[in-house]
Amino acid sequence: MNTNKKTREPLFHLIKRANVPAWQPWAIRIGALLLGFIIMGILCMISLETNPIDAWKYMFKGAFGIGTTAKTAKFKTLALLRDLSLLLLFALAVTPAFKMKFWNIGAEGQVLMAALFSMMCIQYFGGKVPNVPLIFICLAAAMIGGIIWAVIPALFKAKWNTNETLFTLMMNYVVIQLIIFMIKVWVPNGSQSLAPSAYANLPKIAGEDFWFTIIIALALTAFMFVYLRFSKHGYEISVVGESENTARYIGIKVKKVIIRTLIVSGIVCGIIGFLLVNGINHTVSEKDAGGRGFTAILVSWLAKFNPIFMILTAFLVVFLTKGTEGIMEENQITNEFFSQVLIGIMFLLIIACEFFINYKIVFRHRTAKPQPVLAVSESQAAGSVDDRSGEAAEAPVEGASTALQTDETADQAAKEE
Amino acid sequence: MEHEIAIQMKNITKTFGPVVANRGVNLDIRKGEILSVLGENGCGKTTLMNMIAGIYYPDEGQIFVNGEEVTIKSPKDAFRYKIGMIHQHFKLIDVFTAAQNIALGVKKGRYSLKKVAAEVRDMCDRYGFQIDPKKMIHEMSVSEKQTVEIIKVLYRGADILILDEPTAVLTPQEIRTLFKVLREMKKDGKSIVIITHKLNEVMEISDRVAVLRKGEHIATVDTKDTSEKELADMMVGKKVELNIDRKDPVDPKPRLFIEHLYVKNKEGRYAVEDVSFTINGGEILGIAGIAGNGQKELLEGIAGLQRVSKGDIIFHNPKKNKPVTFFHKKLRQIKRMAAEGFFHDPQGNKVDFKGKSNKEIIRLVNEEQVLFYEDEIIDLRHRTPRQIQELGIKLSFVPEDRLNMGLVGNMSIVDNMALRSYRKGRSIFVNKKRPKALADKIIRELEVVTPSDMTPVRRLSGGNVQKVLVGREISSSPKVLMAAYPVRGLDINSSYLIYNLLNQQKEKNVAVVFVGEDLDVLLALSDRLLVISGGKVAGIVDARKVTKEEVGMLMLSNAKADAHAVKTAAENAAEEDKQ
Amino acid sequence: MTLAVWISFLAAAFNLSAVFLFGSTGEIVVEKSGHLNLGIPGVMSVGAAAGCMTVYSLMKAGITSEFALLFLPMLSTILAGGLMGLLYSFMTVTLRANQNVTGLAMTTFGLGLAGHFMNGLKANFGKIASASYAYKNFFKVDVKLGDTGFVNSMKQIFLSHGFLVYFAIIVAIVAQIILSKTRTGLHLRAVGESPATADAAGINVTAYKYIATIIGCAIAALGGLYAIMEHLFGRWDYVCEGFGWLSIALVIFTIWRPGLAIPGSIIFGALYILKEKWLVTNETIKFAIKVLPYVMTIIVLIITSIVGSKKAQAPGSLGTNYFREER
Repeated sequence: MNTNKKTREPLFHLIKRANVPAWQPWAIRIGALLLGFIIMGILCMISLETNPIDAWKYMFKGAFGIGTTAKTAKFKTLALLRDLSLLLLFALAVTPAFKMKFWNIGAEGQVLMAALFSMMCIQYFGGKVPNVPLIFICLAAAMIGGIIWAVIPALFKAKWNTNETLFTLMMNYVVIQLIIFMIKVWVPNGSQSLAPSAYANLPKIAGEDFWFTIIIALALTAFMFVYLRFSKHGYEISVVGESENTARYIGIKVKKVIIRTLIVSGIVCGIIGFLLVNGINHTVSEKDAGGRGFTAILVSWLAKFNPIFMILTAFLVVFLTKGTEGIMEENQITNEFFSQVLIGIMFLLIIACEFFINYKIVFRHRTAKPQPVLAVSESQAAGSVDDRSGEAAEAPVEGASTALQTDETADQAAKEE
Repeated sequence: MEHEIAIQMKNITKTFGPVVANRGVNLDIRKGEILSVLGENGCGKTTLMNMIAGIYYPDEGQIFVNGEEVTIKSPKDAFRYKIGMIHQHFKLIDVFTAAQNIALGVKKGRYSLKKVAAEVRDMCDRYGFQIDPKKMIHEMSVSEKQTVEIIKVLYRGADILILDEPTAVLTPQEIRTLFKVLREMKKDGKSIVIITHKLNEVMEISDRVAVLRKGEHIATVDTKDTSEKELADMMVGKKVELNIDRKDPVDPKPRLFIEHLYVKNKEGRYAVEDVSFTINGGEILGIAGIAGNGQKELLEGIAGLQRVSKGDIIFHNPKKNKPVTFFHKKLRQIKRMAAEGFFHDPQGNKVDFKGKSNKEIIRLVNEEQVLFYEDEIIDLRHRTPRQIQELGIKLSFVPEDRLNMGLVGNMSIVDNMALRSYRKGRSIFVNKKRPKALADKIIRELEVVTPSDMTPVRRLSGGNVQKVLVGREISSSPKVLMAAYPVRGLDINSSYLIYNLLNQQKEKNVAVVFVGEDLDVLLALSDRLLVISGGKVAGIVDARKVTKEEVGMLMLSNAKADAHAVKTAAENAAEEDKQ
Repeated sequence: MTLAVWISFLAAAFNLSAVFLFGSTGEIVVEKSGHLNLGIPGVMSVGAAAGCMTVYSLMKAGITSEFALLFLPMLSTILAGGLMGLLYSFMTVTLRANQNVTGLAMTTFGLGLAGHFMNGLKANFGKIASASYAYKNFFKVDVKLGDTGFVNSMKQIFLSHGFLVYFAIIVAIVAQIILSKTRTGLHLRAVGESPATADAAGINVTAYKYIATIIGCAIAALGGLYAIMEHLFGRWDYVCEGFGWLSIALVIFTIWRPGLAIPGSIIFGALYILKEKWLVTNETIKFAIKVLPYVMTIIVLIITSIVGSKKAQAPGSLGTNYFREER
């Protein structure tokens, strides 16, 4: 029998999960989402006096236009798709760097720089160069802009290990001011915005100007997936991200990989900036990125840097944005604040649920009660936690100790010595 | 009872997932004694002590301090019961001074670093330490850091000190000082526990020895009633003799000439100074020395991983009249070398490939129609690690760095195999077929215990990780294989497997460099032994003739006290080597 | 430019510096525990909103006591900031969530929350503004405008401000003293440098991280309140986001030292004033001034990384969460 006294043991402790079944993380994430929706419903009820069920309905209405006319529904769905593909593109831009553990939180600035470069070409060459070549000039300029803004912090990171998180964060604000300044140069009369340009606009597909964005987003997702998963570059990125020492050891030039990867990021940012200017807005503004550079970090991180999963996580974020906008619309609220609150809560819940995916809480002295559902799979693998107090612990564990040491904790035990 | 008991552990069991670290351990620690906890790597001795120190919590069992049952949930609790542990990896804060580190976590009286410094000096006088309380940790030597750790524990008023492998990082002089200090502390009534696997130290310092094996407590005996042999038998369970099958080298030919090599360490000081020696193919060159005397920098310098400040590394490839192959050379390289007149055909005519298509060249090379005119001599300095590896110089690294250098912990065995070969081929994609075949071959031939070849190496045990690493390194037919502490942290069976692998490589005419710490192993495995001390060559000796004591002397040669005595020995050895 | 303009410019710069000083002192305290809180803009907004709402409630209830108008809103700002800090530390310390992601989500959440509540008070902004005198006048020294004599000028620059300016300086000095001279500060720095070491030394890492984050966020929140009640004369505006990011920049600019943040915040304040209201009409120079705080921060970041001095680096464990069993 267990000889320990109840009162003097820790109530619970944490164990890092190893070998979890594939469905489990998704079950936890869906659980967190459901909880989030319930909280959203309750908040809407308290704050807006909207029936939660109505609130959820409004979300779908806001996102897909369900319950409205077919035309609105189509419009809303397409708008959702456009936002989804933009956010996805931002996430694709940050992902290679993140995989390398280069915490680039400056996608916002990199895209804005690209957009500004593209706009500069329009401003200075518009009308002087035919449209088709101009489009390509814009694309090239945008890519150069994106690359410059992404590579500067990379150079310093590679050479002097300068903190890239803070560096890229600061770079964002420099571009924002630069755009405000350039608009003032181009529009001296003091109006804060630049009128849409007639030059170098991408052709509309099926009468809409955002199909380009959607197609390019899908193509780049596929490209990035293959690039990261199967290419030699992708392999080097993984090695550098996991262990710089090993990378050096096998002769990977870490600096080169850092810079090359940020060039890839910069190119993607360039494409986004180009699409924003030449495809969607036909103008430039410091608000063009709309915080997507930050949201994309969440999208990429939640998807564990896997571009395919990022479609899902980006969809989730866009659905939440559009959905909460739908709720606001129904309540005639014109500002975005309450929807920001709801989205913020949802984000925090989703972030928090990763904890339950990565860690298991082991409670002591619950021998009579069943283990929490979350802990079942591992406790079975490890020779049930419940059995530890009794003689039963001997049998499963004895065999295990001589058998495969595959558990992470086994590795820890080995490292200890 | 004649002996007062400070700590009593009853029936302690601790498991990590499926692995039992300790099972039903009963152990007493008496007041005013030095107790050695002896056991092989991985026997659970550190885990056991960690449970007294509050790092781990036992799954089962009781701990009594001064006869009272206690719960030790955290290091803080341990301090409350006057237990302090000095871990193998020092837990000090680099940017703090010694005094700040010592004051850390202690809440007695008003906070005043001056007072702490005064107390530290006091303690230094009492026990014979030497430390400057105002010195920053990152400016300190390992032994100074250890001293800070010990003072830290004493400052908290610990009566029971647990030291985890305290001598592993120290020079013999420092060990002597440490032991003196420990004896002083014992006289002062403190209980001291030393976790170790070094028998000689156990015999020298401890009053009693507790032997652990595979997580179980085998016995606790009085040191005076036992012998090294008896302890070793208890420790390993069965009698193990160092029975390494060492063949005489067959026609050793020089492979690498290291000439007046200087390499700086991270702090910018010379870690390797004026080191010269030769590495021969077909023999094992052991490198002996106390850890941290420049071995790491020397090997990394040769492998191109560290900048070499001065000196040359000449790679000698005995290729005269041997066919060139695509194994270590690319077509481009072969063409360039041909133009420079490196090759001749079997008839003795110069080959320059003029006017020949690539296809023809490839055919000629594959038919072994292209032979080297002279031995290939290459200076490796200024070459990238990759170029050096492609010449066939492979490095297998320190266990504690295995997952940090050499392998990627979160990648599967297959992906880790690809580390060496992924660049091959023109494709922009990584070819995983060959790495997979190699992974399966290594798993089969070296008996790597793993659920599958897709298991991340992080999840393998230490021995299996080392097998994967060494297996990969020897798979590419190296010409020089350098292994630094390849058996550290491995059990005896895994160690022997590694020794055998190294011997096999030697028989294949590979030049093997083996950096070790266990002198018995070094003497039993190596053909020649290079002793390094303070970053300099203290001597190069014949491992078959030299005695352990002589090597020990050489290892200390740069210590001032013995400098003169050993200098001659080193010179003699060096002369011997030249002949 | 006349001397009088210069003096009032310096006075305004000094006046605004308190926003950055609160923000960066708070963030330094948080970062010293090893947590990079990118949620500071959200924290400052929420703090400002909580303070303003308290001011409004007091005014609505007819309470005009300067003391109440000053300290009750401060209290609620501190509480609101503390709660945000609690949320952040629960996420990153207990749940070990990624710090960057959590911080950014908190910024979204905080900006939304503050906006949502303040938007509801839109019609009553005047009431809040009318209470700003409490902040302006408490502790303030009278100066004769236009008198450019030395004593009067010094008075105008340094003493013609509300109480919170001096409170910010006191907080920064106290933070500096605690960090460098006390046991608590030693422990906090240890937690931020190497939580495993601190843990082994018996320091309650979790408690230190929680308390530092909560206190730090409460301090930063005061910056938000100050920005509204003193800098903007009680007129609510959504300025806290920009101030928040600048405060994070200031932390790096002052290499994690609250003492240095005092002059640093005055420099940032001067640059901000320069572009907002004063002296500069040329757009190019205006632009240069606007980006200067960020560019200077980047330069400091680069220089400290090149020099590599151990004393000027970010806390060792900044950005990584601590899990005891993971070694």
